[in-house]
Order: sequence, then C-alpha cells, then structure tokens
Amino acid sequence: MTQSEAAGQAGAQAGAGTSSALLADRGRQTVIAVSGLVKRYGEVEAVRGIDFTVERGETFGFLGPNGAGKSTTIKILCTLATATAGTAMVNGHDTATDRDEVRRNIGLVFQDTTLDTYLTAEQNLRFHADLYGVPRAAVQPRMRQVLDMVGLWDRKDSLVSTFSGGMQRRLEIARGLLHAPHVLFLDEPTVGLDPQTRSSIWAYINDLKQREDITIFLTTHYMDEAEHCDRIAIIDHGKIVAIDTPEELKASIGKDRVQIHTADDPAAIAELGRAFGLSAAMHEGAVTFAVNSGEQFVPRLFGELSVPIRAVSVSRPSLDDVFMSYTGTTIRDAEGGAGNEFMRNMARMRPGGRR
Amino acid sequence: MATQTTRPAVAEEGAVVDRIRVSVPDRGLRHDLRAVSIVWRRELIRFRTDRLRAITSLVQPFLFLFILGTGLSTLASHGLPHSASFDFKTFIYPGVLAMSVLFTAIFSAGSIVWDREFGFLREILVAPVSRAAIVVGKCLGGTTIATYQGVIFLALAWFAHVPYTPVLIFGLIGMLLLLAFTLTAFGVMMAARIRQFQAFMAVTQMLVLPLFFLSGALYPLNGLPAWLAVLTRLDPLTYVVGPMRHLVFSHLSLSPALAHVINSRLAPSITWAGWPVPTWLSLGIVAVMGLGMMSVAIAEFSKTD
Repeated sequence: MTQSEAAGQAGAQAGAGTSSALLADRGRQTVIAVSGLVKRYGEVEAVRGIDFTVERGETFGFLGPNGAGKSTTIKILCTLATATAGTAMVNGHDTATDRDEVRRNIGLVFQDTTLDTYLTAEQNLRFHADLYGVPRAAVQPRMRQVLDMVGLWDRKDSLVSTFSGGMQRRLEIARGLLHAPHVLFLDEPTVGLDPQTRSSIWAYINDLKQREDITIFLTTHYMDEAEHCDRIAIIDHGKIVAIDTPEELKASIGKDRVQIHTADDPAAIAELGRAFGLSAAMHEGAVTFAVNSGEQFVPRLFGELSVPIRAVSVSRPSLDDVFMSYTGTTIRDAEGGAGNEFMRNMARMRPGGRR
Repeated sequence: MATQTTRPAVAEEGAVVDRIRVSVPDRGLRHDLRAVSIVWRRELIRFRTDRLRAITSLVQPFLFLFILGTGLSTLASHGLPHSASFDFKTFIYPGVLAMSVLFTAIFSAGSIVWDREFGFLREILVAPVSRAAIVVGKCLGGTTIATYQGVIFLALAWFAHVPYTPVLIFGLIGMLLLLAFTLTAFGVMMAARIRQFQAFMAVTQMLVLPLFFLSGALYPLNGLPAWLAVLTRLDPLTYVVGPMRHLVFSHLSLSPALAHVINSRLAPSITWAGWPVPTWLSLGIVAVMGLGMMSVAIAEFSKTD
C-alpha cells in the first residue's frame, strides 16, 4: 500500500478523461445520465457537483466511504430526494419532473429492510405488484420466477419476521425485480450480512445479469464487491474522483507489487536500490517494492540479484490501492476503521492470497 | 403503453427465454384504485393478525361503560326525575361508543409512523402511484378497523338498555363510519409530520382524552360555564356524539313525559350562540373536517426532501 502521490494525481486525470470519452460513445444506450448534480442539506453539501452516465446492461458501482454522498445520489435517482442543482435522468425521464415515469422504470433494494415483516413473503410481493400495477395475470408466474431465482419459493407463505437477514435481502431483491424494471438500484446490498451470505447475494446478482436485460446501479464500501462491477465511480466527500473499469483503475496506478523472501533481506534491499533504482522496504515480513510490470521484472531479478531468492510473489494493485491513491486514504481510515474489516483485507493482501 | 419494449437477448438465448414478460401500464385511475385497495387490505391483514390490539382497545370503553357508568349512576340518579327508569349507562353509551372508535382510528394511523421507522413507508413512497391513493387507502383502512371495533361495542347495547332496532343500529354504524374516517384522517395528518413512533403516541395520547372529555360524552352540554361551552363546540367529536345520543334516545321506550324531560335535560341540541345546529350540519362539519385533514395529509406526503 505504498503508492507515490504523483501516480495518484496522474490517475485522477486519466479517470476524468475516461468519463467524457464514454459520454461521447455513440454506439451505446445511456440509461442513467447525471450532470452537475448538487445536493445540499442546509449547510452540508452532501453531493458537490457530479457527472456520470451508465449504459444499458452495465453494472455500475458507486464506491466510497459512508457519508461520501452515495446514498444521497441514489435517493435523487430514485425520486426520494430533490437535487439542489443539476439534472439526473433515468431511462430518458427526468427524476425531478417526471417522477412517476422514473418510478415505473426502477427497482430498489435499500440498505435497511423495507419489507413488512408482519406479512408473508407472498403478501409482500403481492402488495408490490398491486402498487406497481403489474398485470394481474402476470403476477403469479412472475412471482414464482423471482422467488425461484432467489431460492425462496418454498418459503413464500412464511412471515418475513421469521426470515434471516440474508433471506430478507434476497426477498427484497426478488421484490425489486417483480415489475421487471430497467434499472435495479442496490444501496449497499450486502451491508450487515455475514461473508457467506454476502457471496451468495452476489451469486444471485451475477445470475440476474445473465438472465435479465437489466442495468444495475449499486453503492458499496466493500472493495471486493466493487470488483463485480463493469465500471466503478470512486466517490469521496461528495465528488467523483475517478470513473473506470476496475481493471483500468488498477492499471492507472500502474505499479505491481513484488514481494520477495531472500537469504539476506537487508542486503537485497540495498542491492535493489543500488542496481535497479528501486526503493524496497520490509512489509509483512518480506522485501516489498513496486514496479511497472511485475511479471517481466521477476525473471530479470532472478538473473541479476546476487542475493539468493527463496520465494517471490507479484500482486496486481487492488482496489484498496486505487482508492488510496485517489483519495489519499484507505476506505477504512475514511470510515474511522472497523476492526474485522481490516483483518479481512489484511488477509487478502497477503502474498499468495486470492489475487 | 408498455414500459418494456422488445429487448434483445443479451445473454445466451436460452436464459432469456424463460423470462416472464411484464409490462407496467401507464398510471391511470384503475391503477390508483388498485393501489388504494392494496393499502387498505394491508391494514386489514395487519389488524387480523394482531388480535391483542383488537382486544386491548376495547378495554377502555368497556371500563367507562361498566365501571364508571355503574358507579356514577348512583350519583347521577339524584339529579334526575323518574330516575328509577333511566340508567346513567344509557346516557353515556353513545359517547363510549364514539370512544371505542376514537382510539382505534387514531392509533391505526400511527402505523404510518411505524412504517416510516421500519422502512416500509419507503417501499410505498417510491411506487409509481399518486400520493392521494396511498393516503386514501390508509384512511379507508383505519376507518374500516375502527368501525369494526365500534360494531363490536355496539353488540353490547343491551347492557345499556339500548334496543337493537335496525334503524338505530344502521344509523349508529353510519355515524361511527363518519367519525372513524375523520379521526383516521386526523391521525394520518399527524403521522405525515411526526417521524418517531414514541412522539406520535405521546402527542395522540395527549389529544385523545381532551377530545373525549370535551365531546359531551359524559355530561350534557347545557348549563355549562361559558369557557367550557366554547371548548365543547370546538371539539369535532361533539358533532357526532350529539346526533348519536339523539338517535339513541329517540329509540328508547319511555313514557312521553319522561322522554320530554330526558331529551331536554340530557340531550339538548348543540347550539351556537343559542342557535341549534341541525343534525345534517353537525355531521356535515365532521365530514368536511375529515376531507380537509385528508387533503392536508396528501399534500404532506407529496413533498420530498
């Protein structure tokens, strides 16, 4: 997690450039278009002038710490809040003036449950179908379809209050899809769920992308979840600091991280500095340094380093690194740190880990 | 008309085929009526599964009628001629009937605040239906439940020596419906503004007893000190309790002489500066207040942050 500030700034410029390039792309169909969006609550400016577009069929993620403006943006897009300035269009309808049209085109899954826990799963879905005017003949088959998709068909007659957190979230996803929306908004879809349930929720979302022609807009503060998105906007203090695919964002940071275990670490560090011009340091018990393309550098290293190498690992930059380089802080620091989150990410950063 | 145009199969074809096509129709009166109906029905489902609430809300009117009514009748009988043939319980019965509706109606509106706290209100508010449909559905739901409670209490009429005459019963049910609607509308209007359930309960608790005490449910409206007379005329409940008592008294089997005394002493007309307010106007006032408060509630729910 040692990025130079210069790299961060170069990346920020690259990110800004990419978003305008996407706007100019004519071959695609824009489903969400936001420009100059500002939202002020009294003195507090929650969203401070953001622009982005989302193309049809995309899974677009808003990544940022709590309080960055993600939920406010989603509220405006869902017509639950009115922008102070700027416009937000969903499927060609203005969220400020054409609310009903927008509402008909979107499905929503909120951070906090919005189910009636005193009703059964089926009653909740029927309520939704009637509110959205789903044709009566289509209600039963469609209900079966969405409940099958999230694996809750056999629980349809149970009271929602008997469901676990993960089941409730799955039911909410099913409900959000019941009226076949063009855009599904997921506000922190997996927050507060255990890791196993989180990954099963993501399995449903990925399955959904295969099955339905749907655009997904989600917010998250989990780095690993952002990896599921086609494109990510990193938002911090109410502003978008970068928009791109996860791969491009990581590439914009440029450097791979190489960690080696050697017979004599201090000597290796000294030699790396002398012979290769690299500033290496001890991190996590290994000699760690950053190079532009790790795979090509490693063979050279074996040939030229005089200190014997016992083990080597190369890791691509993670989204944590990306977030760090654009905002100057880790997402956990930005949120004031959460212990178990930190441990989980540490585990992932370890050489030979998941990435 | 369809929001869903034909979509190309983006994923592999087999996967898209099994999709049920759903198209959400344009918003219209029919869609709004369907929304009214489901919001209404949800209230009934919730009420049906909450038997405890149904029972507890009948406890208070029950106490008033049988404990207070029986206890006070010994005191009240001293002031009445021919007291042997007239029970104080009969006098307070219409007021207590109104009370059985009062609590249920206002607290059923509290479900909005509850829904807001537990998130379900958001599900309703992002739906493509008019805010009016939501508020009307809520008001009808509360009206139905509260009237149902009133009807249960109506079954106890015999204990207050009130006869089960069909005209009387249907007349009372009609007035209970009106009262329940106006009180629910009042509750919904309050609930539109109040964000916390605790606060809602506190505010309504504070309002419910004055409404009840000022309605003339427990005492006749003649011969009151001026300040109290004015306050009773400001209470919407007064304009239902008065006509209900008239209706009940007109169906009692009393001797003409006793009926005259009782009607003039115990069921005087509601007067504005000496002018007796006719029954139709009384009930009209209540209906207009109900509709007015419902409109305020609709306007409140149409606002966004």
